[in-house]
Amino acid sequence: MKPRFVLRAENPWWRGPLLVVMAAIVTFVITAALIRWSGGNPVAAFRYMFVNPLQSKFGFTESILSATPLVFTGAAVAIAFRAGYWNIGAEGQLLAGTIGATWFGLHAESFPAVVAVPGILLAGALCGAAWSLAPALLRARLGIDEVVTTLLLNPVALLVITGLLNGPWRNSETGFPDSDVIAESAMMPVVWPGTRVHLGLVFGIVVTLGCWWFVGRMTGGLRLRAVGLAPGAARIAGLPVERTMLTTALVSGGIAGMGGASEIAGVAHQLTIGISSGFGYTGVIVATLAALSFIGSLVVALILGIINVGSFSASRALSIPTTMGEVVQSVLLITVVAALVIQKYRIVWKSSDS
Amino acid sequence: MSSPTPSVLLKDIRKAYGATVALDGVTLELKPGEVHALLGENGAGKTTLMKTLFGLTQPDTGHIEIGGVTTTIASPRDARSAGIGMVTQHFSLVKTMTVGENLALAEAGLIRVDLAKARRIAQEAADRYGLEVPADAVVAGLPVALQQRVEILKALAAGCRYLILDEPTAVLGPKDVDSLLAVVERLRDQESMSVVLISHKMKEIERVADRVSVLRRGAVVASTTAKGMTTRELVSLMVGSDAAESVERIAQATRGDAAVALALRDVSVKRQLGGLDDVTLEVREGEILGVAGVSGNGQSELVDVLSGTLRPDYGQLEVAGKVVVDPSPFALLAAGVGILGEDRHASAVHHLPVVENLVLDQLRSVTRLGHLDRAAMAERCETAIKEFEIKATPSQHLGTLSGGNMQKVLLARLFGRSPNAAIVSQPTRGLDIASTRYVRSLIAGARDKGTAVVLVSEDLDEVLELADRVAVMYRGRVAGILHANEVTRERLGELMAGVSA
Ligand SMILES: Nc1ncnc2c1ncn2[C@@H]1O[C@H](COP(=O)(O)OP(=O)(O)O)[C@@H](O)[C@H]1O
Ligand SMILES: [Mg+2]
Repeated sequence: MKPRFVLRAENPWWRGPLLVVMAAIVTFVITAALIRWSGGNPVAAFRYMFVNPLQSKFGFTESILSATPLVFTGAAVAIAFRAGYWNIGAEGQLLAGTIGATWFGLHAESFPAVVAVPGILLAGALCGAAWSLAPALLRARLGIDEVVTTLLLNPVALLVITGLLNGPWRNSETGFPDSDVIAESAMMPVVWPGTRVHLGLVFGIVVTLGCWWFVGRMTGGLRLRAVGLAPGAARIAGLPVERTMLTTALVSGGIAGMGGASEIAGVAHQLTIGISSGFGYTGVIVATLAALSFIGSLVVALILGIINVGSFSASRALSIPTTMGEVVQSVLLITVVAALVIQKYRIVWKSSDS
Repeated sequence: MSSPTPSVLLKDIRKAYGATVALDGVTLELKPGEVHALLGENGAGKTTLMKTLFGLTQPDTGHIEIGGVTTTIASPRDARSAGIGMVTQHFSLVKTMTVGENLALAEAGLIRVDLAKARRIAQEAADRYGLEVPADAVVAGLPVALQQRVEILKALAAGCRYLILDEPTAVLGPKDVDSLLAVVERLRDQESMSVVLISHKMKEIERVADRVSVLRRGAVVASTTAKGMTTRELVSLMVGSDAAESVERIAQATRGDAAVALALRDVSVKRQLGGLDDVTLEVREGEILGVAGVSGNGQSELVDVLSGTLRPDYGQLEVAGKVVVDPSPFALLAAGVGILGEDRHASAVHHLPVVENLVLDQLRSVTRLGHLDRAAMAERCETAIKEFEIKATPSQHLGTLSGGNMQKVLLARLFGRSPNAAIVSQPTRGLDIASTRYVRSLIAGARDKGTAVVLVSEDLDEVLELADRVAVMYRGRVAGILHANEVTRERLGELMAGVSA
């Protein structure tokens, strides 16, 4: 007996939601055991993680704030993956974006906000795209696997930031390795008065919707999907496989870079070593959990934002490790990927016949 | 040294995959101490037949007798204990392990890996059969010829008396072919083993085979002694005789005055294996140029060149009298050349719906302001489904269609752009009878509308039925071109065997 995966011809409307619910249940069971094991009460922990952030305005808006960079990185990873370009470098591209944004922000004194705000996003996007250029070229021209190259460039971006902050960009007042605060005109205005939710979120949603529109409705989007699903068949149909992949890689890097700019201009207002808490890596989780759907990735980004905020209060209240939030995310990733496979394929058990 | 080997009889084996009948009641006897060659075009059922003997697949009806006793072979394990080993076209080695580890693994399963014993086996094989393998080398780093030896060794170490080799020489250079055949001879002469050799190369069969059987469309059409048979005779066995079966010809005499739609001039592709050697071909509007030949004589490369996926080292392509300077798939499509490749799965985006697959090579025509014109696409799809009798819905993923329907989608795409020249390669391979007939009528219909068609097929009946002229490929060259009225199986056979070049 061995399993065989057979492509499903049709998917009834209920299968997707049913599998998501099942994945959630399995995730709860597994993580409950882990929380128990680390000395916490699972029910209380889940309450803190998923329910508490939604019970106060503050918790909810902080969750949205926490989801904002994930909206960018989720879209960045999703569009790359849709084109069959396995960009694991959104982290580095986001960090490159923070560098570009900081540089622009430090020189934006004389610009009005209508110029400075789009400008800082553009600076981030350009740097993010530039950071993804080398792996993209290596892949498109020489066929060198981008998973490794994009991944390896992530820590390099952090090293560059460390260098900048310990050298030219060291804080002129405190002498700490934090950059100076960027010009006020380049800061993202708050869009929900009385909270920290800023214009970056709106940009993130617009970019995501743009990706969704492009991939589903535009000719270039069909080209991108065909290249991602079957490069050989796309080539036979006369589609420019390498060019599509290269362009998508640059766009993906640009979106991640914009996410970095959004963090600088919207939250931190200065460059610090810890500017990203793995937003790029979490973007891979967001995109995967959303099954590379752009609308889905908005929802997933919000859910992960809630877990982020919630796991902090859970660990404070129940003295379980703060990393439990990440554990929950990881287990969720595995169960959802399994659910996606089941959604796409029927698993047939057959005696070793082909 | 070796006990007498029983004979093996496959009796009335039938196997269907959906509507495709892969084996249609095949009876084949394998005798001890003989090299038995299996011949037949791709898709004839050779691999499927041998898979049933090795327990990789179960026949729908029919049975296997070993030494006169009906034996059930439900798995390769059963096959091994019955003394049957097989080296499949795709190897099953653990690439990251060494040769010795692979041998030990095959011996012991996962229970107990005995490396010392594996080395002993390797040494013995080298001494006895001249089958040398580097026991401590990692498989991934080995050339194909050596990996193949490891596979053979695995079968021998399991104590097989019948060794099945499925197209072993297709991946080998001349030197390696030579040493493989030497091993085959030694296994037969010294060890009185039997070997089933599947090959498309007559020279090899001429050299080692004692018996030869020919499969065509799932049936044995000939089974005879091969000793003393020449390449010529082997090919005519494959080709059949004109008297034996009649093909309804819908070919027509070529109009010599029609314009040349597509031409290859002095095209060469240099390759270690295969390749093209100074190929010049012309096909005119409203004619079907058949390209025949034994598998592996350059037909695939010819199609790859015509589709733009393989750049010739010398020579050029002309479409409608104009040289295509940079023959990429895009340039050729733009010049009005349409392709149906031999492997339909390679041209299909399985996870995209039929409606999107249908326009993939003609996106510009369904684009408005950068957007897909969904209404136009839907309309086109509905029309194609009706016209080409495709059993599918527009939103169904192409990968879930049956072979025949997938082929119809690809043909609808090809003819939907009204190409000036169409290249169709093995268009009916693996299709059921109804689909086959339908696809052939489509091709003839396109010709009648004035399209220049290149029909590359290993199925001689197909070529005889459709082609207005037939070019025969032999060793990467055009061995000869025959007009419909001078084509006979005999004449084709001679050219395919390379007798009169
Ligand atoms: N697993 C399978 N599923 C569906 N069809 C198959 C399968 N294996 C073989 N076939 C079909 O059966 C026929 C015989 O194939 P095969 O035995 O591989 O031919 P050969 O080895 O002579 O080239 C072909 O039409 C092929 O498409
Ligand atoms: Mg085969």
